[in-house]
Amino acid sequence: MEIKKTVQDLTVARNISLNNRHFLLDLIAPEPLPLMLPGQFVQVLVNDSPTTFLRRPFSIHQVDYPRKSIRLLVQIKGDGTRHLSSLREGEALNVLYPLGNSFSLPSVKNVLLIGGGCGVAPLLFLAQFLNQNRIRPTILVGFRTKEEVSEIEAYSAFGDVFITTDDGTEGEHGLVPDHSILQKERLPFEKIYCCGPDAMMKAVARLAALHKIDCEVSLENTMACGFGVCLCCVTPTDRGNERVCVEGPVFNIKRLDWI
Amino acid sequence: MTNLSVNIAGITFKNPVTTASGTFGYGEEFRDFFDPGKLGGIFVKAVTGSNREGNAYPRMAETASGMLNSVGLQNKGVDHFVREIYPRIKDFDTHIIVNVSGSTIEEYVRVAEQINELQNIPAIELNISCPNVKQGGMAFGTIPEMSEEVTRAVRNVYKKVLMVKLSPNVTSITEIAKAVTDGGADVLTLINTLLGMAIDAERQRPILSTITGGLSGPAIKPIALRMVWQVHKAVKIPVIGLGGIMNATDAIEFLLAGASAIQVGTANFIDPMASVNIVEGLKAYLQKNHIADVNDLIGALKTD
Ligand SMILES: Cc1cc2nc3c(=O)[nH]c(=O)nc-3n(C[C@H](O)[C@H](O)[C@H](O)COP(=O)(O)OP(=O)(O)OC[C@H]3O[C@@H](n4cnc5c(N)ncnc54)[C@H](O)[C@@H]3O)c2cc1C
Ligand SMILES: Cc1cc2nc3c(=O)[nH]c(=O)nc-3n(C[C@H](O)[C@H](O)[C@H](O)COP(=O)(O)O)c2cc1C
Ligand code: FES
Repeated sequence: MEIKKTVQDLTVARNISLNNRHFLLDLIAPEPLPLMLPGQFVQVLVNDSPTTFLRRPFSIHQVDYPRKSIRLLVQIKGDGTRHLSSLREGEALNVLYPLGNSFSLPSVKNVLLIGGGCGVAPLLFLAQFLNQNRIRPTILVGFRTKEEVSEIEAYSAFGDVFITTDDGTEGEHGLVPDHSILQKERLPFEKIYCCGPDAMMKAVARLAALHKIDCEVSLENTMACGFGVCLCCVTPTDRGNERVCVEGPVFNIKRLDWI
Repeated sequence: MTNLSVNIAGITFKNPVTTASGTFGYGEEFRDFFDPGKLGGIFVKAVTGSNREGNAYPRMAETASGMLNSVGLQNKGVDHFVREIYPRIKDFDTHIIVNVSGSTIEEYVRVAEQINELQNIPAIELNISCPNVKQGGMAFGTIPEMSEEVTRAVRNVYKKVLMVKLSPNVTSITEIAKAVTDGGADVLTLINTLLGMAIDAERQRPILSTITGGLSGPAIKPIALRMVWQVHKAVKIPVIGLGGIMNATDAIEFLLAGASAIQVGTANFIDPMASVNIVEGLKAYLQKNHIADVNDLIGALKTD
């Protein structure tokens, strides 16, 4: 199904700081939201930041259709995201959306979601979507340290949550792929969805391949346009170089040359 | 009534606002945002003799007021264009112009011959200025004798309007412009991207997989304006100007410098509506200044 893309001025309803590197941005649309699917993203125009020339892509973290509101989870990286972190209620933000493909609806029940860093962003929307389709996933999320562990209640509403921190201050110590639920001889999962830094996704992809579990990953290649016309964001696939912003960001690992 | 239409080498464009090759796909991608029929023309993505995968990722680096790219002519080749893409876009209510690229003179000629057969394509734009391919591309556009040779070879087989897109990576743009004109070009397009480079100091590595790439966006506008002005004065054939045009004011500056039409490039990435907004802004400028015909702006720069 083709979803029509739009460019709109959305209004900042709330800017919620989670810790000194992450914040949530609630944006209200002037008219009913288009249908959006988990895995899709938006391209945000950052005004008044001279070093931010291109739009910035962010996954859709949550959608509230009745309130015409979408939520982004943003990690401060450079000037663009720093500027967004200072936005106040009532300010306008120009957004191009919805973009990209989406995670597929699984035909199986035992589903694992894995996220690390700001890669957890699309997983909340995905978890909610799975619940609506009567699937209660296992959710494994990794953070740097205790102070950055956030929104666990939100995830817990949709599935069983497991946590790792890089420094061991909460949950299991270490990186997400090292968590004990993944160290068993036979894993009780039939489908894995994963989003995070490339190194983490590749480790998860190897694990999935080893256990013959179907696995989808969401890539975060740098983008110029975000809607398919510049060909800057490509990744090699079994069909040649494909655009992460149109044919992705979600790819089944079978289609990538990772394993 | 304000007249926005311009005639370039016998083709009437409903307005002088067109979109640059490689920044507008095949036009279809913009249908969600506006009717491409509102534009004077669309220059579609480069077409080569056969399928090309382009360069490896990363292909893009953001820079101050611009970006570097090293896409490298990724496209599925001329047969695919003729068979699959042309039928989908041929009835757009605007001129579709095909950007023709290659690594050898034979490849340019072969692509031009095939595009010549397509009834609804009134012109081609010969890309002798791509900085992102190892062979051919920019090499053809930086040596006057080679520029002339490839233009002449294509001229011999291509019967409609032949536009040639020039590279700014040269010492004398007028020398190349004259060579291409002598080779039989009907129109000159300028500029393509400027060869540049971006480095990640933390990793002590280049950002682009190809190390160097093509710079576009507002950063290159002053150079583009200067070149359009110089070429407009040096040759008799029409010039289409581009390089960093983000809004109607930028577009008007190019018309004043001597461009008969303009192309919107990188701006499309930031605002998909940029090109139509420029049409509207141009109209408003003419009305505000009581100029009845956009042609009165072309080359009208006052230098006294
Ligand atoms: C489809 C997609 C979805 C995304 N979703 C989210 C999300 O939900 N939440 C979130 O916080 N971030 C997300 N990102 C990443 C986010 O877009 C970048 O962090 C942001 O653009 C950085 O902008 P900046 O101006 O703050 O930093 P910049 O100054 O542009 O960059 C700061 C540093 O981060 C690096 N960097 C920038 N962009 C990327 C990237 N895409 N991949 C790897 N390194 C990068 C730069 O090389 C630089 O070293 C997503 C990216 C993509 C492509
Ligand atoms: C991502 C990208 C891809 C491009 N691809 C092509 C191409 O295929 N053929 C071509 O002649 N020029 C290509 N160009 C150059 C543009 O058409 C244009 O000449 C250049 O970007 C300068 O204009 P701008 O500053 O308005 O973008 C490309 C530019 C960009 C940014
Ligand atoms: S970001 Fe432009 S094609 Fe994907």
